[in-house]
Amino acid sequence: MGGEKTMSARFSNPTQDPILLRLVLSAIAIGFVALFLVLPLAVLFREAFADGLGKAFRAIIEPDALASVKVSLMAAAIAVPLNTLFGISAAWAVAKFDFPGKTFLVTLIDLPFSVSPVVSGLIYVLVFGMQGWLGPWLAGYDIHVLFALPGIVLATMFVTFPFVARELIPLMVDQGRDEEEAAISLGASGFSTFCRVTLPNIKWGLLYAVLLCNARALGEFGAVSVVSGHIRGQTNTMPLHVELLYNNYDYVGAFAVAGLLAMLALVTLTLKFILEWRYADELAASHRR
Amino acid sequence: MSLIIDSVAKRFARFPALNGVSLTAPQGAFVALVGPSGSGKTTLLRILGGLEQADSGSVRFADLNWLAMPARERKAGFVFQQYALFRHMTVFENIAFGLKVRPWRERPSRAEIKDRVAELLKLVQLQDLGTRYPSQLSGGQRQRVALARALAIEPRMLLLDEPFGALDAKVRKELRVWLRHIHDQAGVTSIFVTHDQDEAFAVADLVAVMHAGRIEQYGTPADVRRDPHTQFVSEFLSA
Repeated sequence: MGGEKTMSARFSNPTQDPILLRLVLSAIAIGFVALFLVLPLAVLFREAFADGLGKAFRAIIEPDALASVKVSLMAAAIAVPLNTLFGISAAWAVAKFDFPGKTFLVTLIDLPFSVSPVVSGLIYVLVFGMQGWLGPWLAGYDIHVLFALPGIVLATMFVTFPFVARELIPLMVDQGRDEEEAAISLGASGFSTFCRVTLPNIKWGLLYAVLLCNARALGEFGAVSVVSGHIRGQTNTMPLHVELLYNNYDYVGAFAVAGLLAMLALVTLTLKFILEWRYADELAASHRR
Repeated sequence: MSLIIDSVAKRFARFPALNGVSLTAPQGAFVALVGPSGSGKTTLLRILGGLEQADSGSVRFADLNWLAMPARERKAGFVFQQYALFRHMTVFENIAFGLKVRPWRERPSRAEIKDRVAELLKLVQLQDLGTRYPSQLSGGQRQRVALARALAIEPRMLLLDEPFGALDAKVRKELRVWLRHIHDQAGVTSIFVTHDQDEAFAVADLVAVMHAGRIEQYGTPADVRRDPHTQFVSEFLSA
């Protein structure tokens, strides 16, 4: 009897750690998040509103700032859909087919991640600049890539290229070809199979990848900085405009625009959260086999 | 109307998978392809289903040049070992898939699809599970859904690739009796791949014992058992 009692008293859930350890781990995690994520965000908004709401608002609707918002949104609006398309094609090809040079292709997709964004920007200067390979020829047709929107879009696309493909390749490899084969044998066409089977299976991964890609496209600094030319009100993106204002000691303006940029990121995250919450059932069903 | 497979061969990059396989089966027969893994039985099945391309040889079935037809036009109901159910669709939607993707001229109306699926759900004894997702079903239930999905397209031929391979012994035995029953009801020519000789001999009209990309012996289960033609067959049977 007594033995039994001590046995049951001693028994503890094998996956349950001591309370002290749990507290310490939680404190470290929360402290880290507070220090590196929440605090900077709070400081950002405090600085932005340091001289009152009105001033922060005026800094945002000031023409040059609005122009930078427009350039950033335009670049993202072009780069993100194109990268989504390329990313899906690349992942589809890598995951569902065997062909020579597949490993090389996967390595190549990673290139923008491993190269410094500044170097990516310089590559475009070398290709499209007036001293570059294609610059003079394009200038002959009055097409200006560098120091104009096309250059910004190209640099953004280069930097954000891997996001969609990287997210989808492991997912699609893991899902295999079984469901596609089943669909074909049931009489579905290739296009129908893609729309009804492949796409629904990857839609959550795809959504996540597109949101990340979009966030990065809006926030890209290095590569865009090299190709944009920093023309105020014309080729300045939001991050570049923030730097410009900051260097001119316009702290309220810099933090206001930075705050707007951060708000865009928060909106994307909220969007993702709402979608995940709304479709939780479906999400669980598509994850499990 | 019979199935005539004539010297079908297939080479993969490193090894030959099929070395000229020939086989004839009457319409409505239940044929088991049995043999150890790597004997080419699944490759032959996938070639019949149009999921793999044969290098040479021909197949005639129901007076059709079978291998010249694209997979989606063959109406070969394929049942996979890992079920391959569409995980984002309910059981109902899975079974209705083959009817919904038909070109609109041949597509049944919504009500007809509903009736047909209900009928199939009854046939596979899953009447109440139409709204479930595959992840909410047991292995045996999933495979029954997969079979209903394959039957929904009114297949010319039923191809089963180790359909019970992932199930436990008890469920396997129940399902194979039941499968034979379904086959007799539907009257569709069925090809059944398994590495389990008990299963093959218990359920099939005709058994092809395969080894290294060839058919070692082909005949009724009784004949093959009574008179194994090669040493491999007798060893395989006694294993």
